[in-house]
Amino acid sequence: MNQTHSSSRRSVYFEGLRDGFPIGLGYFAVSFSLGIAARNAGLTVAQGLLSSLLCNASAGEYALFTLIGSGAACVEIALATLIINARYLLMSCALSQRMSPDMPFYHRFFIGFDVTDELFGITIARPGCVEPRYFYGAMTASIPMWAAGTALGIFMGNLLPARIVSALSVALYGMFLAIIVPPAKENRVVLGCVLSAFAASAALAFLPVLRSLSSGNRTIILTVIISALAAILFPRPAEEEAAA
Amino acid sequence: MTKTLLSILTAALVTYLVRVLPLTLIRKPIRSRFLRSFLYYVPYVTLAVMTFPAIVQATEQPIAGAAALVAGIIIAWRGGGLITVAASCCGVAFVAELLLGLL
Repeated sequence: MNQTHSSSRRSVYFEGLRDGFPIGLGYFAVSFSLGIAARNAGLTVAQGLLSSLLCNASAGEYALFTLIGSGAACVEIALATLIINARYLLMSCALSQRMSPDMPFYHRFFIGFDVTDELFGITIARPGCVEPRYFYGAMTASIPMWAAGTALGIFMGNLLPARIVSALSVALYGMFLAIIVPPAKENRVVLGCVLSAFAASAALAFLPVLRSLSSGNRTIILTVIISALAAILFPRPAEEEAAA
Repeated sequence: MTKTLLSILTAALVTYLVRVLPLTLIRKPIRSRFLRSFLYYVPYVTLAVMTFPAIVQATEQPIAGAAALVAGIIIAWRGGGLITVAASCCGVAFVAELLLGLL
């Protein structure tokens, strides 16, 4: 009896590993582009590796690298990270609802380390309570790929000719576009958010006086203002919330 | 060097807290409709702000970055996936810089 229990635990871990593997491959491509951005901001391979091992967040890490590149203060980095990663609050809240009261509490500290869009997605899609071993399997498959991609991006960025690095520098923005354009096509409010974000961001970047604002502060201010306006003017209906 | 390390650790700590606090201390669903809507819109606005005009400034020639932006929007609009869009942007930026170099 005991043996079957431990073997089913192991198979849950391997299911996580299996489902995490394709996610890891995707992570590798994204984090390689992130590594190019990190390299352009002047980070070393070790610094990029450390960032990706500890943060596991593409937009948050991109902001971190840009801010490091512009010599920002830690307060600014903390604020930017908080706002850019705020959506994980929602995901963790949703995961928390699906955790069994019988699950030992310490698992929450380990699961909390890697609540990404993708791992949240595959975990919440499984029926029943959150199984920590499934989550750990997915973490095992994806975190090393994420960290290795970042390190390799910085390493190759230093090695490749300038013209290639210049072209690779747009990869991450391409990925950002692939994330924001499809929902903007489906949802007019998201489209409005994206277009006003483009316009306001360009205005702050190029207008006199305003352009003295660092790109990190620009991201913080515009994210809060535009998202808050959208939330006041177009609050999300309840059933769509459950799906998101 | 120390400052970079401190920056990385700050970001890591804040990222961890955002993820772990709802699992440990809060453990309740977010009921506020405003807050839920706000958190839903945040990633799209953030990514849009960080993409433009940064993409135009990322390449050695701004026109190459602008071409990559237009190509990326069109391909993503037509249903291209993450890797397809990213690779097309790189390809367009590379060709644009190559052509600009010939002028």
